[in-house]
Amino acid sequence: MQRNLTCIICPRGCNLVIELDDEGKIESVSGNACKRGIGYAEDECTAPKRSVTSTVRCEGGGLIAVKTASPIPKSLVFECMKKINGTHAKSDVKIGDVIIKNVLGTGVDIIASGNKML
Amino acid sequence: MNYDRKADLVIIGGGPAGMAAALAAREAGINDILILERDNELGGILRQCIHGGFGLHTFGEELTGPEYAYRYEKRVKEENIPYMLNTMVTELTPDRCVTAMNEKLGVFTVKAEAVILAMGCRERPKGALGISGTRPSGIYTAGTAQKFVNMKGYMPGREVVILGSGDIGLIMARRMTLEGAKVHAVCELMPYSGGLARNIEQCLNDYGIPLKLSHTVAEIHGKERLEGVTIVKVDENRRPIPETREYVKCDTLLLSCGLIPENELTKGAGISLDRVTGGAVVNGKRETECEGIFACGNVLHVHDLVDFVSDEAVIAGRSAAEYIKGKSNEKIKIKLQTDGKIRYTVPQIITELSDTTVYFRVSDVYKNAEILIEDGEEKLYSKKTLKLAPGEMESIKLTANMLSRVKSGEIKFSLKTGV
Ligand SMILES: Cc1cc2nc3c(=O)[nH]c(=O)nc-3n(C[C@H](O)[C@H](O)[C@H](O)COP(=O)(O)OP(=O)(O)OC[C@H]3O[C@@H](n4cnc5c(N)ncnc54)[C@H](O)[C@@H]3O)c2cc1C
Repeated sequence: MQRNLTCIICPRGCNLVIELDDEGKIESVSGNACKRGIGYAEDECTAPKRSVTSTVRCEGGGLIAVKTASPIPKSLVFECMKKINGTHAKSDVKIGDVIIKNVLGTGVDIIASGNKML
Repeated sequence: MNYDRKADLVIIGGGPAGMAAALAAREAGINDILILERDNELGGILRQCIHGGFGLHTFGEELTGPEYAYRYEKRVKEENIPYMLNTMVTELTPDRCVTAMNEKLGVFTVKAEAVILAMGCRERPKGALGISGTRPSGIYTAGTAQKFVNMKGYMPGREVVILGSGDIGLIMARRMTLEGAKVHAVCELMPYSGGLARNIEQCLNDYGIPLKLSHTVAEIHGKERLEGVTIVKVDENRRPIPETREYVKCDTLLLSCGLIPENELTKGAGISLDRVTGGAVVNGKRETECEGIFACGNVLHVHDLVDFVSDEAVIAGRSAAEYIKGKSNEKIKIKLQTDGKIRYTVPQIITELSDTTVYFRVSDVYKNAEILIEDGEEKLYSKKTLKLAPGEMESIKLTANMLSRVKSGEIKFSLKTGV
């Protein structure tokens, strides 16, 4: 079986062509300009992952931009948004601070990706 | 002319372009710099771009907009480069006198040895003008919606249609979906998207949002609040096909119809603009036709990637420093022409014999094309490409050696298709 994917790792957006065997194992990946494309194809065919970015309200007012420190399973994106929207950050939060530790047991933290916006 | 203060280098705009230009000029030995920024923070438009994808090229890692901006802001502060916030520049003269105002100083003027224009761009508001029907509330540009959601924490609506498939529209389709809105469709007039392929994949396909190519919004419905839009397919001449009209119920219409460089100040200084880019005509040093006035970033031409904005700003910052110090290379004059398939180049002229990277965009999607650079009949450079698209900026480095071979004073960039 063949699968076609657009690689989302960088702005180049390579068209990946993936050959899969009967069990869904990858036989070959082509169309990738760099080796990160192969990693992406492997993840995407077995356990797709995505980064999530959003904002969190700060105690006492203002918003702070947040992101998953690394990609989480794609199937958990909306659950992750619920967690984010149910959280308040401290009023003295700074870029890089951990906002939610180990979100949904993924081992990935939600961290502040900006400074407070008023 | 009288003035209130002096500076070696005044930079108008404290976005990524302004900050990178300031840092490059400081590195090149210019101490007396002043950045003027009308917003209440440095960082420009990146402050509202909370999604990822920035900095892969510059830092080798994927950053969000605010993180990318913060790297520069931090360095500007560490280098003690002076900047004024909440300060709006209202006028620039050809002899580099800058008029600005803020609450503390009122209206004041700064006389500069060199000026760098880094005012960025704004969204084309025109998208809605041609649409018939009512003018209810609920119609925003995608960037305005981005500011509402990401900086104010306020959702403009719940049932959304997006007109235009530029990157900001795609990013907002995902952002609104994550915050619980239903995005019914992204309509694109052209038969191809104006946004990056990765954004179609991760912002639309991931969430099952349809991208309707060759479609537009024909009519707006609703009295006070938007109630719906009529979308319609267009033929190859972009004329609506009436039998394809379809009503879509929605309370929000986002327009993502392109960006235009913000050049009111530039025009005011009498600097001519390139009709295609909407930015100033510049040489390889990013100097405008007005001596000592340089431009970089989205005010010069719209970039889709901030990494290229930073690169260009470094050129402008260094060039301004050289100008202030009175340094220059061997003078030449080569005009860069395009064939229309290649829409524009930046720079538009090359005036010094040194390695020069030329950025350009094409006017349509071209597959298997050859990029040609010719000096009259003489071929200077050629390169075969698999695919070129209007949404993606390309670049070619012209070496000093190549430039020294140019005899006619004019080189032509063209595309040979079907190779
Ligand atoms: C809504 C929007 C979303 C975007 N999203 C992305 C994205 O996701 N990824 C990406 O790579 N690029 C994106 N871009 C492109 C982005 O603009 C560039 O990547 C980058 O921010 C451009 O940097 P700049 O410094 O040229 O302009 P800006 O970031 O726009 O900075 C210009 C600065 O100049 C200031 N200014 C303007 N006029 C004056 C004046 N008269 N006086 C004083 N100050 C002034 C403004 O306040 C602003 O801070 C987006 C652009 C827009 C408009």
